Amino acid sequence: MISQVFILSSQGDHLIYKDFRGEAGSDVVNLFYEKVTALTGDQPPVVMRHKDVHFVHVRQGGLYWVATTTADTSPFTIIEFLNRLTALVKDYCGSLSERSVQMNFALIYELLDEVVDYGYIQTTSSDILKNFIQTEAVSSKPFSLFDLSNVGLFGAETQQSKVAPSSAATRPIQSSRDQGGKSEIFVDVIERMLVVIGSNGVLMKADIEGEIKVKCYMPTCSEMRIGLNEEFSIGKSQLRGYGAAVRVDECSFHQAVRLDEFDSLRILRLCPSQGEQTVMQYQLSDDLPSAPPFRLFPTIERDNGGRLLMYMKLRCDLPPKSAGINVSATIPVPKGSVSLSQELSSPDQSAELQPQSRAVVWKIPRFPGGTQLSALFKLEVPGFSSASMLEVGPVSLSFELPKITATGLQIRFLRLSPFQPGPAQRWVRYVTHSDSYTIRI
Amino acid sequence: MPYIGSEDTVRDLRRVLSNPNVQSDQLRYRNTILKVIRAMSQGVDVSGLFSEMVKACATVDIVQKKLVYVFLCSYATLNPELSLLVINTLRKDCQDPNPMVRSLALRNMTNLRLPSLVEYVEQPLTAGLRDRAACVRRVAVLGWAKLHNLQTNSEIDAAVVNELYSLLRDPDPVVMVNCLRALEEILREEGGVAINKPITHHLLNRLKECDIWGQCEVLRILQRYRPQSEDELFNILSLLDVSLISPHPPVMAATLSLFLSLCSGLPAVGLAALERVRGPLLAACGNTSREMQFTALCHIQLLLRSLPGLMGEHYKRFFCGYAEPAYIKQRKIEVLVELVNDDNVAILLDELRGYCTDVNISTAHAAISAIGRIGRSYSDKCLEILTELLGLKQEHITSAVVQTMRDLVWVCPQCSRTVCSAVEGCEAEIQDSQGRHALLWLLGVYGEQVSSVPYTLEVFIDGVRSEASVGVKMELLTATVRLFLCRPAETQDMLGRLLHYCIEEETNMCVSDQALLYYRLLHCGIEETRKVLQCRRSDPSLGVLIGRPAEPINQWSYIFNTLEPLRPGAIETESATIGGSPEHMTFDPKPNNDLSDTLSYSFGKTVRSVTDTALQCTDSSSDALTASVSAPLSLSLSPALSPEEFEDLWLQQQALHVEQGPEKIKAEENYVYMEEHVQCPTIFRCSPQSLQAAMQLVNIQTLAFTPPHTLPWRVYLYTNTQNKHSADTCHGTLILGELLYTGEEIQKKSKDEENVGVEARQDKREEEREEDTAEGRSEKERVKKNTAEKGIKVTLKQQPRDEKALKGFLSVLTTVLHALSSE
Repeated sequence: MISQVFILSSQGDHLIYKDFRGEAGSDVVNLFYEKVTALTGDQPPVVMRHKDVHFVHVRQGGLYWVATTTADTSPFTIIEFLNRLTALVKDYCGSLSERSVQMNFALIYELLDEVVDYGYIQTTSSDILKNFIQTEAVSSKPFSLFDLSNVGLFGAETQQSKVAPSSAATRPIQSSRDQGGKSEIFVDVIERMLVVIGSNGVLMKADIEGEIKVKCYMPTCSEMRIGLNEEFSIGKSQLRGYGAAVRVDECSFHQAVRLDEFDSLRILRLCPSQGEQTVMQYQLSDDLPSAPPFRLFPTIERDNGGRLLMYMKLRCDLPPKSAGINVSATIPVPKGSVSLSQELSSPDQSAELQPQSRAVVWKIPRFPGGTQLSALFKLEVPGFSSASMLEVGPVSLSFELPKITATGLQIRFLRLSPFQPGPAQRWVRYVTHSDSYTIRI
Repeated sequence: MPYIGSEDTVRDLRRVLSNPNVQSDQLRYRNTILKVIRAMSQGVDVSGLFSEMVKACATVDIVQKKLVYVFLCSYATLNPELSLLVINTLRKDCQDPNPMVRSLALRNMTNLRLPSLVEYVEQPLTAGLRDRAACVRRVAVLGWAKLHNLQTNSEIDAAVVNELYSLLRDPDPVVMVNCLRALEEILREEGGVAINKPITHHLLNRLKECDIWGQCEVLRILQRYRPQSEDELFNILSLLDVSLISPHPPVMAATLSLFLSLCSGLPAVGLAALERVRGPLLAACGNTSREMQFTALCHIQLLLRSLPGLMGEHYKRFFCGYAEPAYIKQRKIEVLVELVNDDNVAILLDELRGYCTDVNISTAHAAISAIGRIGRSYSDKCLEILTELLGLKQEHITSAVVQTMRDLVWVCPQCSRTVCSAVEGCEAEIQDSQGRHALLWLLGVYGEQVSSVPYTLEVFIDGVRSEASVGVKMELLTATVRLFLCRPAETQDMLGRLLHYCIEEETNMCVSDQALLYYRLLHCGIEETRKVLQCRRSDPSLGVLIGRPAEPINQWSYIFNTLEPLRPGAIETESATIGGSPEHMTFDPKPNNDLSDTLSYSFGKTVRSVTDTALQCTDSSSDALTASVSAPLSLSLSPALSPEEFEDLWLQQQALHVEQGPEKIKAEENYVYMEEHVQCPTIFRCSPQSLQAAMQLVNIQTLAFTPPHTLPWRVYLYTNTQNKHSADTCHGTLILGELLYTGEEIQKKSKDEENVGVEARQDKREEEREEDTAEGRSEKERVKKNTAEKGIKVTLKQQPRDEKALKGFLSVLTTVLHALSSE
């Protein structure tokens, strides 16, 4: 049972406040924000309490999504609900940000009204909700010349028009209904890597968590068939062929997915509803089908002047045609380190010392596969002792690998049946993120 | 926080709203109303616009209507009279052909929360229950609950309740679930909606039609149902099995909650259900949402209380990612501590070592104290890491390490030597009072082992004037007096100065009182002071339990799937009760109890707390005993052995044994070492309590055990034998023993070897050597293979040698083990 729901910006501005049961006053919003700001830690705990009021919150898009409730409520339900609410808002408003919430507050009130009645969750299915939601989304799209580049010269098909712009999937689902927005469907394969590499280069832990998400902008979509790799196997026990088999340990499907063709042909059948939904989730633990994407070869020593020298060689083991983007390596350094001097191998890289988090952050915007980058960092550490060396490391990497899945999962085909009238565009996108990629020194 | 100029805003808005030109222009009208709502959600008080907004309500534009209703519901309680004007519009809307308009009107009519309007609302609500459209029925059903809560003291209308019960059979699943919710609220005083057999089965059959929210609600309400027969219970359970492994965490959690409440009488089924949810729970730990991960982690902690071995092999899933928020990291560290076993301890400690230098100080502290907790079972490796951390010379780390060491020494006194050499010289880094408090305690209790203590204390005493913490001052007093007892010459002078300062100048009553107390105590003489102050240095509670004993499920099942486990510090680990205790010992010095007294006292306690089942089995075992043991052998528990003495003896004899290896073992007259195997593979499932109780019945004292269901499973025990025929010469022997069970191969073994495979191998010295040095990989494997053939490995050490008594003891032990495992 949910007593109130409110959305706060990270500065504490009230964006949305809805009281379902009239049991507690609206001062709880300020109470919540006081509690959050009173904490010194980086992130407040998920559940906070003030007398009988329990605050449960999630953070998404830089906003606090808070529900107040009683102690005996299921936390799984509340958190799942808040996550679902953020997903709905994202579907209806196009993106999740303070600005989009502010501009679409009427829509969000309407949404909340339909989703929750008297504190009880009624429905969160976008299929049902689309009949009730009347307000139209206001999307904030700043004018940009890049949008024009997608339009071919004199209307001709160009190479560029075959690639969906990255902002294509961040638009409200409703716009397709009336003003003839493009009817499109996006299938995203998103994987997250959790890797720990020991100081001797041995893979100590390697987990992959992945999901297939479908984002549908079609007003009516009958049936969709997604074909996965034919050599897709589940579980450790299954025999693996000699081919490029794709294996996962566990996988679970959205309840709407029909699996009658899955066992033989690895085809998922579903009727996607409007908006975003996770069709399949899978995980693979303690095994990577290919070499880990990045390796680090550090040399750390002390020079005569008492400075700390860190010579880092970072190698990208991806296939030569692909690349990692937004790679950033965080190297913890001894407490009290001052003045970093650096030698980087190319000008587009950057590195800075962040005294707050006691770390050097080395940023590489684009890192092609099969190449190696090196960097030399010199740090002035007052009161340097041999024990300070222990404080260096482990290095953590964050990156994004577009067009690559770590498990090797691919989508063979994407069919809509019966064939859609009009131009229905289908997009398949792959991306692998680093959830946590740690290299010990 | 009213915005500056809010009155101007309201005045402007009112002017625009009442402008007829605006009113006629649909779009402008709607935009103005939007502005009102926006101001409202920003916290501006726009209640003054109520009458204008009431007018705006009468429109055909649904969007505008919805916006106005948002406004009206927020301010209706402030303007009850004006709200009456809205009712007419709302009632008219309830007749609208469009079901969306009908449901909207009905919902907002009940949301106004005005008791004065109840009479106008009842009629449309009654009609709404029979509406054609499901969305209107959904709203109407909940509307009755709202109405009831508006006037709680009024009579419950039986007709409405009946209508709601009959709507449980409504074709729309949301209407059905809403009926449950409404009845639950209306009938709260009668204990909620009646859950009988037909309703239960109806709900269970329709569970699949509901969405996940509905399923959770139904599952929650069904917790009140008690099946009439075991068959019915198992039918329900098998029906629910699919939801138990649902990919949606809320459904999984609600189902498990229902399972546990249904199976409260069948613990085995409950445990099986816990095993079953392991997969979904682990998957929830890898959810994209951090908050969901956290929730799953907190609930895994609950599960581990009953099944400590549940997540053993998945320990890597609980390694922290560097970007995770502190609250997740700290929970993961807590879980990791529970998952330690012989195989993964090295990897786990290595991982935890990495967290100790975390940027977030509280995470670093959590990691350090986690290492301390693991140190209770694996003290050497942990102390090595902790000592290394002291080398970092970082204030907060040093302080946390010293506190952890203090807690560790309290439980494992055998570490004191290492700790004492480690803490020497780290007083300069410790700035906070907690850390200094811990350091002083260590210095006071182990003053004779650290040579530089007097100098350290002197620095503290010189700085006592500027000391802010009362606790530190009191600890300083105690430590100095303690040190005086063992090193009087060096301490006398500074003790005098300290007492003088505390009695004469100190303003805090507690400190000066304590100083006076010590002063008078010292007047009574050194011996008296020693009796008071030099009491025990270690945890007096029984045994060093490796890990915690498994709790029954119903100890925590009532908080499962509530917010309780998510609260910080909700799951009190035993460390809080054991680890924190050195402090109260120093604050109120207890009367001098010597060790054996406390031990025998706590024996009495545990025997009393024996469970029924344990009693049954011990009965049978003692019966068997009288039959089998004819030798005039008696076992006794005195003299008692403390855990540290046990460990010393055990290790000492082991070392002796290794050194003596090449020589003839028979020459070693002083003690006997033997190994043999007992075939009773189920023993490791038995709870520590019943094992302990059974052993005590035959006067064998168990000192430490691993929790049940973990592998390798170990028990350490000892006893004293007295042979009747040689009793005159007081010929007693001390027997130390270890039971070890590794590997799972045994369970598959046929039970053809029911008999005890006794194989005393006192002469095969080579094999013994290998066992003893069994640290390397290959040896371990060998041991495993060995036990796979033979069952539980029993290692006994006796001192002095008396083979007859040892044989007698062995037969007693095997009888007890058989009795327990056949249970």
